[in-house]
Amino acid sequence: MNQRSIRRLTLFMLLAPFLLWIALLIVLPHAGIFTLSLREKVAPLVYTVGPGNYLDFFREPIYWNTLLRTASFSVLVTALTFLVGFPIAYYIAKIAGRRARGALFLGCLIPLWVSDLVRAYGWMILLRETGVVSSFLQWTGIVSVPVELLYNDATVVVGLVYTVVLFMIVPLVSTLDGMDNSLIEAGYNLGGNGLTVMRRIVIPYAMPGIVAGSIVVFMLTAGSYLTPILLGGKNSMWFTEQIYEQFITRFNWESGAAFGILLLLFTSLTVWLGLRLSGQSLASTVARNEA
Amino acid sequence: MAAIHDLECRGVRKRFGAFVAVDGVSFGIPSGSFFSILGPSGCGKTTLLRMIAGFEEPSEGDILIKGRSVLSLAPNRRNVKLVFQHLALFPMMNVAENIAYGLRCKGVARGEIARRTADVLERVGLPHAGSKDIGQLSGGQKQRIAIARCMVLDPDVLLLDEPLGALDLKLREQMKIELKMLQSQFGTTFVYITHDQSEALVMSDRVAVMNHGRFEQVGAPRELYHDPVTAFVAGFVGDSNRWPGRVLDRDPAGVRVETDSGLTLAACEAGGVLRRGDAVEVFVRPESISVTGAQATDATDATDGSGEHNRQAGRIEGTLFNGANSRILVRTSTGEQVEADLPQRGPDIGFENGAPVVLAWERTGSKCFARAGEDPAG
Ligand SMILES: Nc1ncnc2c1ncn2[C@@H]1O[C@H](COP(=O)(O)OP(=O)(O)O)[C@@H](O)[C@H]1O
Ligand SMILES: [Mg+2]
Repeated sequence: MNQRSIRRLTLFMLLAPFLLWIALLIVLPHAGIFTLSLREKVAPLVYTVGPGNYLDFFREPIYWNTLLRTASFSVLVTALTFLVGFPIAYYIAKIAGRRARGALFLGCLIPLWVSDLVRAYGWMILLRETGVVSSFLQWTGIVSVPVELLYNDATVVVGLVYTVVLFMIVPLVSTLDGMDNSLIEAGYNLGGNGLTVMRRIVIPYAMPGIVAGSIVVFMLTAGSYLTPILLGGKNSMWFTEQIYEQFITRFNWESGAAFGILLLLFTSLTVWLGLRLSGQSLASTVARNEA
Repeated sequence: MAAIHDLECRGVRKRFGAFVAVDGVSFGIPSGSFFSILGPSGCGKTTLLRMIAGFEEPSEGDILIKGRSVLSLAPNRRNVKLVFQHLALFPMMNVAENIAYGLRCKGVARGEIARRTADVLERVGLPHAGSKDIGQLSGGQKQRIAIARCMVLDPDVLLLDEPLGALDLKLREQMKIELKMLQSQFGTTFVYITHDQSEALVMSDRVAVMNHGRFEQVGAPRELYHDPVTAFVAGFVGDSNRWPGRVLDRDPAGVRVETDSGLTLAACEAGGVLRRGDAVEVFVRPESISVTGAQATDATDATDGSGEHNRQAGRIEGTLFNGANSRILVRTSTGEQVEADLPQRGPDIGFENGAPVVLAWERTGSKCFARAGEDPAG
């Protein structure tokens, strides 16, 4: 074997796990789901190919309303996550000392050691009618009867922000960490105040991290299932719930598959729109071209 | 102290915990001059500059700009601008936006911003660079943009923190001259810090030599070079032959010193009065030594150090060719290695290795300082 073919083989072997992962876990299932979604049931065990499942989606307002609602709440959650995550990331990357930085970062990771389910139940213990917060409010006399803090949109949003905020913090810390402090100092030295420096220097610099974090957070939120169900209850109207219902409750796999594809297309469209509006490209979030 | 200085420091001290980074520095810089602070890395130069810019607070002392204390002013309210060591141009803005940033912070009108940006780009010699990205600029161009970005704001003082450090040698030589030209063209007071003595000597009106957080000497480049007042300055500014030794004798004109390897020479006391037996260091500049072929002189009194001149016989060990600054290495009969400038003109006496030569220099050419940290013997 000559050098070239050895190099090719090495490359292939290095890429193999990645290609397998893409093929088996991403391409194959989606192809399967997609073909499933185009199958129309005309009689028991008799199928034809057609767009019927998609048309059903548009014919029934509750379906596309749920999808729109899910998307807009996901956008809201993404924005809130940024507002919460940015100051934390900025503190970790730029203000905290070397030693505190590691501890804080680890602190942010701790919630990930507990499963989604347990975390959601944690919220329930706090917020339900007989829960910690309600009892406390009664004890202080602010309210006289037990209050139900679960099963409303605000709780779902808070729970989702809590669940995904880490995925905003991590990319932000890494971009801000790579930012030379002298850029910030130059911003002040040339006459900028705190707000100007933040708005014109720090945020533009951190844009790739902000975009990367936002995409991850948005996708995770739009595709989340446990948190909306547990904190928002049966009528939280999250789109993943509809998919679940089609697959499991109604046993209508064809329609569930169509919904899944629609969710993917719709969230991708939203991300694309967000990138266009912020003037960023997907490539620039991955690699910053700097001289 | 009649004249108001553009920048004045009074007893400025900075402690980081128990460590004193800047130790009671006082100086005043007259308007429109080029002032350099020269010192080895870690001596506290950047710390001093950051205190002037407002990024660090002095532990003691006062800093005045145009006669007014600025200690209570935030960094963005001080009219001193800083060219950072790595320039800190904003990578997400183009050249014109970088320059306009400060003007926009000041609330200057749009048309005025465009006019002043174009004007300053013209003055730094990059009139068409406005729309370029920072990444498209060469090292020297970045340098000029960083200066333009500050100068457009008309600062009282421009601080420069080793801005040439990142450039390659050739460009550095060129930028030295360019910086000096820019300074005289703008007429602004420049405070330039560097660890490179040639940068400081070439560009400055006055230079402060800094070591361990203190100013060792402040003076014109010529003064520092010819009349250093401490051993550190003599060693740091310019090249010197440097020999440790002891004072043998005092006479009306100076001292006679014996170096540790046994070379006897006449020297003058440059850093205060010395006593017999004091441990000293002697500095002799290569250009103050004249080299002649051994056959041309009477070699018998070659090792006699008592006269007006020092004379020393030796043999050439090597040549350090560097164009007009070529030097030869001579091993004296006492075993000392001496670096001396190669004579540019005169008879060709064949300076090949091994050739016997006579070195001669005046008493004032060998400057003698008490050795730091050593008590006088006896
Ligand atoms: N923020 C700081 N905390 C502790 N020590 C510092 C700090 N900044 C600088 N120093 C110390 O002060 C000394 C002088 O640093 P600096 O002013 O950067 O030197 P220079 O610019 O002359 O190379 C160094 O020994 C450095 O370690
Ligand atoms: Mg420095």
